[in-house]
Amino acid sequence: MIRLEKRPEPSRVWNYAAPVVAVIATMIAGGLLFAFLGKDPVASIKTIFWEPLFSEFAFYYRPQLLIKGAPLVLIAIGLSLGFRAGIWNIGAEGQYIMGALSGAAVALALYPLEAWWIFPAMVIAGALGGWAWAMIPGLLKARFGANEILVSLMLVYVAEKLLAAMALGLMKNPQGYGFPGSRNLSQMPWATSWINQNAGLHWGVLFAIAAVIAAYVLLSRHLLGFQIQLAGQAPRAARFAGVNPTRLTLFCLGTSGALAGLAGMFEVAGPSGIVSIDFNAGYGFTAIIVAFLGRLNPIGILMAGLLMALTYVGGDIAQSKLGLPKAAIQMFQGMLLFFLLAVDLFTNYRLKWATKEAA
Amino acid sequence: MKLSKLLATAAVALGLATTAMAQDKTKVGFVFVGPVGDGGWTYEHNQGRLAVEKEFGDKVETVFVESVPEGPDAERVMTQMALEGADLIFTTSFGYMDPTINVAQKFPNVKFEHATGYKRADNVSTYSARFYEGRAIQGHIAGKMTKSNIIGYIGSYPIPEVIRGINSAYIHAKKANPNVQFKIVWAYTWFDPAKEADAAKVLIEQGADIVLQHTDSTAPQAAAQAAGNVYTFGQASDMASFGPKPRISSIIDNWAPYYIARTKAVMDGTWTSVDTWDGIGAGMVGIGEISSEVPDDVKAEALALKDAIASGSYHPFTGPLKKQDGSDWLKDGETADDGTLAGMNFYVEGIEGDIPQ
Amino acid sequence: MDLSAINPVLLLASLLVAATPLLLAAIGETIVERAGVLNLGVEGMMITGAICGFAICVNTGSPVTGLVAAAIGGAALSLVFAFLTQVALANQVASGLALTLFGLGLSALLGQNYQGIKPPSFPRFDIPLLADIPVLGPILFRQDPVVYLALALTLATWAFLKFTRAGLILRAVGENHDAAHALGYKVIRIRTLAILFGGALAGMGGAYISLIRVPQWTEGMTAGIGWIALALVVFGAWKPLRVALGAFLFGGIEVVQLNLQAAGVAIPVEILAMSPYLITILVLVIMSADRSGAPASLGRSFHASH
Repeated sequence: MIRLEKRPEPSRVWNYAAPVVAVIATMIAGGLLFAFLGKDPVASIKTIFWEPLFSEFAFYYRPQLLIKGAPLVLIAIGLSLGFRAGIWNIGAEGQYIMGALSGAAVALALYPLEAWWIFPAMVIAGALGGWAWAMIPGLLKARFGANEILVSLMLVYVAEKLLAAMALGLMKNPQGYGFPGSRNLSQMPWATSWINQNAGLHWGVLFAIAAVIAAYVLLSRHLLGFQIQLAGQAPRAARFAGVNPTRLTLFCLGTSGALAGLAGMFEVAGPSGIVSIDFNAGYGFTAIIVAFLGRLNPIGILMAGLLMALTYVGGDIAQSKLGLPKAAIQMFQGMLLFFLLAVDLFTNYRLKWATKEAA
Repeated sequence: MKLSKLLATAAVALGLATTAMAQDKTKVGFVFVGPVGDGGWTYEHNQGRLAVEKEFGDKVETVFVESVPEGPDAERVMTQMALEGADLIFTTSFGYMDPTINVAQKFPNVKFEHATGYKRADNVSTYSARFYEGRAIQGHIAGKMTKSNIIGYIGSYPIPEVIRGINSAYIHAKKANPNVQFKIVWAYTWFDPAKEADAAKVLIEQGADIVLQHTDSTAPQAAAQAAGNVYTFGQASDMASFGPKPRISSIIDNWAPYYIARTKAVMDGTWTSVDTWDGIGAGMVGIGEISSEVPDDVKAEALALKDAIASGSYHPFTGPLKKQDGSDWLKDGETADDGTLAGMNFYVEGIEGDIPQ
Repeated sequence: MDLSAINPVLLLASLLVAATPLLLAAIGETIVERAGVLNLGVEGMMITGAICGFAICVNTGSPVTGLVAAAIGGAALSLVFAFLTQVALANQVASGLALTLFGLGLSALLGQNYQGIKPPSFPRFDIPLLADIPVLGPILFRQDPVVYLALALTLATWAFLKFTRAGLILRAVGENHDAAHALGYKVIRIRTLAILFGGALAGMGGAYISLIRVPQWTEGMTAGIGWIALALVVFGAWKPLRVALGAFLFGGIEVVQLNLQAAGVAIPVEILAMSPYLITILVLVIMSADRSGAPASLGRSFHASH
């Protein structure tokens, strides 16, 4: 009989091999799925993974990976800090919306004022909006012990309703013939987060990279990083080591909220441009997956965010070039996650042929 | 900036390549906001796409991407289609407006067609349908058929398109039956079958025996069927499987003639940027068969109304008409201009309740 | 404004219908969470159940077979989650989210040929005699059989958790899996069974939407009901009867809101639509304050280290 045995230490080999194995397994399973749908499996897989990176139009798709990946990475970095400490913020989608609303509110309220300080003010407002929304579960947990998973999730729905109300009401473009949706922020040079649109470069991309570096430094060099890890692995030991759980909770939730808020703000002021009813495209939830795919490691998250972006960009290409239905792409992404989650097992455990007496 | 030049060169190079390679194959792209299987808005646009394929056979190649979120994803998908040699791209949701304009700037040789928007460019046309013309006929039939004199109306979002439909239906229902009353419920969704079913049930419970809908699922039809003596109209697609009762007629989005005409224009090299707002006359708005439940005289009146609208001899918004607050809107014989209709944000006199703000 | 147009009897009757899919999914998830597992894939399992039930019902012409198929479909999908979280010890939050993504895709693929079809209808089942009671009759005893089934399952789940030994074991596993393991209970087996039960009920909840409440198949038709079911479990404090109460409240707010609109009352729809979630948070806070909160092992992986 096969049984699992916990490794004394996570396997270094599997740490790197697991994602590769998972991607290969997904390609095989996905290929079977595509073949079943009557599409050429090799061409399909190649379109999804190869075309965005190396086709003749790669010069266009590569920057698109940055645009698609940046919010995922930015949010996932924030979430990973909390996840390491055992603090589960799954309401990043709501914080993303609130950041976007707060940031956009600054520019829209001041319109048509043009000033150099508007964009910085939007950045601050966006971060604060996300932070404040995340502090609700933070404070409720700290004060009453309310489960942050559930509170943060509930607040996503509240934020979504608020977004719809804003797009249809307060923030509606007065020159938009009554259609829902705000003025286009990306067309206001003083309020846009774009730096160079063709290169896929906006402030969110830079912030995402900065967040990766900051998180890396924090986790490997800083005392707070050590406390976060300790709190997650051995809560009781952490308390003895002088970690204040309340402060840690507030720090982790606040940081992840602020980063999610920033991501939303950069998105609304750049790639998206408009506060619309369905402005949120699920980045907050996808980022949770990205955080785990990257095994809560900053560099890993960067890679996972780009991989996820690749499947989106490549998936859309496969839809138009090969006529693959969107549903097949969704299933394919789901499979990728399943495999990555499943093979992760081998990082911390090994299979062992158990003898009778051991069982 | 270098990249944008690169984009343009690639497009030109590719344009040359495709014309050299397959001179007679026109590539048409479609960007859809929902899944092609939504049974409503996107479904009908996809029917239009299939009609283009059927019409031109080997001379045309169509591609589409479904469920594209409005925003950067839409822009990417359009660019990708243009890069891959699309000659004509239909973008079928209001929220694609700014992305369409952006991409069109980068690809001056590709033609774009944006549905329901108001921004145009040299290579961007806009098109929309005068669904309110169909609503007028619905209103007339509804006014004649109701026994309780209460007509329920399921709205999606309080935007001009929907408000226009309510006004048009109300004006003609009132003409047919002065005692008629409208009950309006806002679902705040385009598509949520369960919620639409609830909304229909609520209206029926409150005495409505006709339910009009401006949301896309067949859920209200099923609710009406379960309730018994309630009539409905198909929305977006014919919903014929619910006829002859509860569904007694329908408004059908028929994009096929337009899509075929525009594809033809690109093939012939006669394409120009236009703003199209077509109705029953041009066939963009179809009136589904009026079922046997409707008495012959009512059916004849409805068809006469349809013909009058189609020929242009009658405009559904013809004065004298007042706004809800009692102020004058249109003088006797005056018809509404398209600008007012496009941005309509008020009810006409007689409708109760406020438009949510 | 004409409030007299609202008929309270009909309102309560349709409230029961609106609550049923929520109730089914939430009762299933209650058992799952009581066993210490957080499955965020409810939406994915519901929509898979919705199409499985619909397809089988259309093909066999039997709504009952369809309902059973929906339960099997939901359970089959939950088996993937069970494998990931119980065998491969993957994180439950991530696995649940992946399950929803996968389920939405799978259901859309399965449903490609089922658009625009009307399913055979479920007969309404009037309970003889009781159906004729004034007021109560139309509310309680003139519904479709699934409404009764959902209510019966709620009671059964309540009794199971409260009075049976198996229920006690399930709760023990959820509160402290290490202790339960030490006592010789098969933690993983019990949790897997709970997950399957949750999947089956979510599947049935989905099929209730596609077969009875709407009835038709369209992609993404559950439109977020699975997520509300998750909220409901918390609202109900992991207690079946309270969960049922919550289902009526959540379903009810929607129905009442529409009723008020139709009666011409100007209400801020969005504010009202937020209220169930805000109330849930409030309930959560109150419950947490008196320390009768979530199962202690909720969301944690279990591996027997010896």
